[in-house]
Amino acid sequence: MSAARKSSSGASSRGARVLAARPASLTDAHTHYCPGCGHGIVHKLVAEALDTLGIRERTIGIAPVGCAVLAYNYFRCDVTEAAHGRAAAVATGLKRCLPDRIIFSYQGDGDLAAIGMAETIHAANRGEHITVVFVNNAVYGMTGGQMAPTSLIGQKTLTCPDGRDVSTMGPPIRMCELINTLASPWYIERVALDGPIGVRRARRALLTAFQSQVEGKGYSFVEILSPCPVCLRLTPGDGLKFVHDQMIPAFPVQVFRKEGKPL
Amino acid sequence: MSAVLGHVSRRRHHDHATKGVTLDQRVLITGNDAVGAGAIRAGCDAYFGYPITPQNELTAYMAKHMPETGRVFIQSESEVAAINMVFGAAAAGKRAMTSSSSPGISLKQEGISFLAGTELPAVIVNVQRGGPGLGNIAPAQGDYFQATKGGGHGDYHMPVLAPDSVQEMHDLTMDAFDLADRYRSPVMVLADGRLGQMMEPCAPSIRQCKPPPPKPWALTGANGREPQCIRSLFLEEGVLEQHNLRLQEKFRRITAAEVRFEERATRDAEVLLVAYGTCARIAKGVVARARAEGLRVGLLRPISLWPFPTDILAALARRVRGILVVEMSAGQMLEDVRLAVNGLTPVSFEGRMGGGVPEEQTIFNSLSDLLKPPRVARTRSRR
Repeated sequence: MSAARKSSSGASSRGARVLAARPASLTDAHTHYCPGCGHGIVHKLVAEALDTLGIRERTIGIAPVGCAVLAYNYFRCDVTEAAHGRAAAVATGLKRCLPDRIIFSYQGDGDLAAIGMAETIHAANRGEHITVVFVNNAVYGMTGGQMAPTSLIGQKTLTCPDGRDVSTMGPPIRMCELINTLASPWYIERVALDGPIGVRRARRALLTAFQSQVEGKGYSFVEILSPCPVCLRLTPGDGLKFVHDQMIPAFPVQVFRKEGKPL
Repeated sequence: MSAVLGHVSRRRHHDHATKGVTLDQRVLITGNDAVGAGAIRAGCDAYFGYPITPQNELTAYMAKHMPETGRVFIQSESEVAAINMVFGAAAAGKRAMTSSSSPGISLKQEGISFLAGTELPAVIVNVQRGGPGLGNIAPAQGDYFQATKGGGHGDYHMPVLAPDSVQEMHDLTMDAFDLADRYRSPVMVLADGRLGQMMEPCAPSIRQCKPPPPKPWALTGANGREPQCIRSLFLEEGVLEQHNLRLQEKFRRITAAEVRFEERATRDAEVLLVAYGTCARIAKGVVARARAEGLRVGLLRPISLWPFPTDILAALARRVRGILVVEMSAGQMLEDVRLAVNGLTPVSFEGRMGGGVPEEQTIFNSLSDLLKPPRVARTRSRR
């Protein structure tokens, strides 16, 4: 079905070695994401994890409200929409009813850390056997660049045009640290798409998270610091720099919880 | 006075659950427990709820009995989470249910709109209490508009069933699961605190539920088939309108096939009472007393509030001298009655709010006014 797989099989029949191909868990659709956006990379990494573990045909994803709502056009697995912020509750309903399926939610910072905070925390606290892919780009992307719960101190957005003021808007919320206060989660890691090394770490983190679920270990949470150059009014290159220079100092990149134990 | 339960289109007798039931098959339970028993009998796979009075017995019932049979029970962190857990369970192809009372049902409205938009079957039980706001915990019928007119955003309806006894709390909950699956729609059971809290004999063992139909649309993993998605977002030009037109066509099918009502002593009635739920119970007492006094009074009890029994009401309106609507609200169903009657006969109203329950005597007095011989209109001979 996918052009990538057709071409790769064609290539191998001619004896050529395939160095890189689209993961089987991605469709060959062109994404609607902006130049320099991190979603395309995260989609690919999630799809690679599904491929590596051979779980595409028993995986159900939950698309958020936000730029990634159309994720079902790109993932070659079953996907449902969810109301804004409620992906963790929808994931809970799916996983409890289909415990042998792999359930992941794919959420942005507004969806997960603002409107969906209660569902996020309680699903983690119940230790739901789901994988949460949290794409943190410090801004509301789909709606054009409003302040997110993870916007940085002083960061200018449409709704904090003079910069985020801690005295009235509070500091950015660190979700990994917050979830790490709970006893139930099995695996929590924050990674950053700030360059090739960050992408490789993100790939490893997502694989670990899905692997945990496959093994029936429990709740896994991967936060991915990701560029949104259009809403940050940056070039794609400067978007990567923003992630590296601005976001990482505010959101430390590390493993917080491994095999159920805080590190 | 024989009670006729039936459809508007096909005047068939409802298979009344207690018929042929021996006394030892009946148990004395609350309406809330009866809903739980009906849901489990109907094959409810997953229940999600959040505490709120006056429906707490139902959540406690499910907490005890769902895990006993290996089914899913979660006390959610909010009513919002509960309806979205229902969404997930329904997307998985399972029979799912949540229950709450008025303020909690308000919180579920976005989720109900999503269920309607994505065409996912689910059962929502509203054991109504007094409002607006936090209101009180007494029985009320102030959520009729919310239940029957859409409630959440967008153009949609859902079937709404209104029990008037503990037996019907049980039976209509079972029917709600069948309707939900048949039409891929959320379905609401609209009760009130009195029906939820009171105890009556109930025969839970007599009814059988149909097995759920196959659900090829369910998300179970794309094993041996193409991936599927559950969605209500349609950005392409004209596609959402087509989706809406298809939904409206479904609503027309439901309207044509699923109207339910009970008629009591309507054949020769001069005055017709229209009431549902708790108010219908009181109205039945009024009818009995009126008939004992030789007054020709009948009752139409809508059982499906949406679709509303418009046709039978219009037919009855041609025969009676007046209609009295009784509700525990400021007059919400009253608007549907007036639309159905369309000026054919006078429609008056008797209602109380905030936990007040209309009394038999008050209703009887209003009826007597309607039954008085018509006054001769005074001619205006002089200016």
